[in-house]
Amino acid sequence: MSIVLLVEQVLNGLQFGVMLFLMAAGLTLIFGVMGLINLAHGSLYMVGAFAAAATAAATGSFLLALVASLVAAAAAGALVELTVIRRLYDRDHLDQVLATFALILIFSEGTRWVFGSFPLFLEVPDYLSGSVTLPGGIEYPLYRLTMILIGLAVAAGLFALIAHTRIGIRIRAGESDREMIGALGVNIARLYTLIFALGAALAGFAGALIGAIQSVQVGMGEPVLILAFVVIVIGGIGSIKGALVGAILVGLTDTLGGFLLPRLFTLFMDASSAMTMGSALAAMSIYLLMAGVLLFRPTGLFGGP
Amino acid sequence: MRAETILNAALLAMLVAVALWAWTADEPFIITLVTKVAIFAIAGIGLNLALGLGGLVSLGHAAFFGIGGYAMGILASHAQSYTPLMEWPLLVEGTKSMPVIWLVAILAGALTALVIGALSLRTTGVYFIMITLAFGQMFYYFAISWPAYGGEDGLPIYVRNGFPGLNTLDPIQYFALCFAVMCAVLLLVARIAASPFGLALSGARQNPQRVQAVGLVPYRLFLVAFTISGAITALSGALYADLNRFVSPTMFSWQTSGEIMIFVILGGVGRLFGPVAGAALFIALEHVLGGLSEFWHIYLGALLLVVVLFARGGLIGLVAGREVAHD
Repeated sequence: MSIVLLVEQVLNGLQFGVMLFLMAAGLTLIFGVMGLINLAHGSLYMVGAFAAAATAAATGSFLLALVASLVAAAAAGALVELTVIRRLYDRDHLDQVLATFALILIFSEGTRWVFGSFPLFLEVPDYLSGSVTLPGGIEYPLYRLTMILIGLAVAAGLFALIAHTRIGIRIRAGESDREMIGALGVNIARLYTLIFALGAALAGFAGALIGAIQSVQVGMGEPVLILAFVVIVIGGIGSIKGALVGAILVGLTDTLGGFLLPRLFTLFMDASSAMTMGSALAAMSIYLLMAGVLLFRPTGLFGGP
Repeated sequence: MRAETILNAALLAMLVAVALWAWTADEPFIITLVTKVAIFAIAGIGLNLALGLGGLVSLGHAAFFGIGGYAMGILASHAQSYTPLMEWPLLVEGTKSMPVIWLVAILAGALTALVIGALSLRTTGVYFIMITLAFGQMFYYFAISWPAYGGEDGLPIYVRNGFPGLNTLDPIQYFALCFAVMCAVLLLVARIAASPFGLALSGARQNPQRVQAVGLVPYRLFLVAFTISGAITALSGALYADLNRFVSPTMFSWQTSGEIMIFVILGGVGRLFGPVAGAALFIALEHVLGGLSEFWHIYLGALLLVVVLFARGGLIGLVAGREVAHD
């Protein structure tokens, strides 16, 4: 096992982690402020990816595709919030789970109806394809490196938005006391729609970025959604910082688990059963991580009591 | 008699009537559909014990459904290839006998539910939902990446397992068996709901602090309910695998968890017969809408949305009024 390969896997884990953060940030914001569990967040991720793939196919521009993913996902998010989600804020979690599960069915089948069952492809643009040489002579795909940088930039932007802007103050106020900020003259309904659309846009953006390295297809959102759940359970629901730490932890565990565990098992068993055991355990590794965190901190690393 | 009791009796009579009609009209496919209703209803009854009585919103019951399925798949595949399951420390052979398979499925489901429940019940509310979902997903990925029993492709079993005195390959006889199991499970859950344990559990759902104040431990009540719930759902998984003579990781998928929950919700949460009504409605919709359009899940989604937003008592609530049986 070479150190170069290991660094490459760490970078892959980081790239996966920041993309998970884009998903998890929206989920945790929506839960923190509105108290809503949104299973349909994965559908918004899918909407973003499809909008990007369709736009790229029509115009040939990757930048336009990214813009389209943001706009389409935000619009879909706002529409869903206005028609369905806002009726769910006062309901219990069971109703929220069911209604958003129903939204997944509608979104998935609707997308299949419009785009068909075959996966679409989103090409990485020429100026981002190929690889770069990092210090130490490590070759790494430029596009994946760009994803890491974009993800970190979005994370920084989000922290700044929440810490330093008026809208951020309102979001934080909404988290601690929604009646009070309503009484102070903030239009809560509009604030909620805005937050939901913001979370949706982040998810759609992640969908478009990942869509360029995987295929764009119906059902692509749910595996990521469930990982994002693991992330916010580990990080603590409602905490953006927790989402970032949790996302990187999950990204690294997933990637390094798949890479290291099979190699670890070859030390004391034959190659084929080591591969089997290793990959089976690697598939479970992030859930074991979650179980471990919960044993010691039932409300996650950064969650309140 | 209460409207709900009449409705429950009518539901059972309707299932039997449809099966008998299909038998005389020589429509084995319809019998299979009704058998599916009975099996899904068992899964739903299992979940309803945790969800309706205990208020535990588990989105990971596919784990138990799948474990029941794989209990059947693993035992039957060893029996079918005449290889022992393990030789050391003691010889364990596969089996094609349903009662043995059911017992293994129930025990395996209970044990898994005990472990998952012990961990997940440390949390409440939205954490609980997400964690059960994640644990379900863990089994899904494990089943996909574990090649010994078919991995991603699943595991076919060539001949349906046997039950003493019955020819299980005959659709109507297998329906009768599944229907009998469903009735037994209904009876069991009704007894549990009316027992001191059931009343304490219901109390713990409504107000854990008060239950604690009278000296009971809500965590333990919830854990026992979750364990029984997992065992029942595992049993239905074993029956389902035998119906299809096929097990695959799909049984573990989170959509399966969602569907089991839909049976409970469409029928009415906390109603004893809710899952029976819900499963019947689900299969009927799948059959009718699936014939109309390839994209029938859109209509299912829309219907579910309407039920959640406007008709919270489900089907039984709609017919029998808003009074909830277990409150």
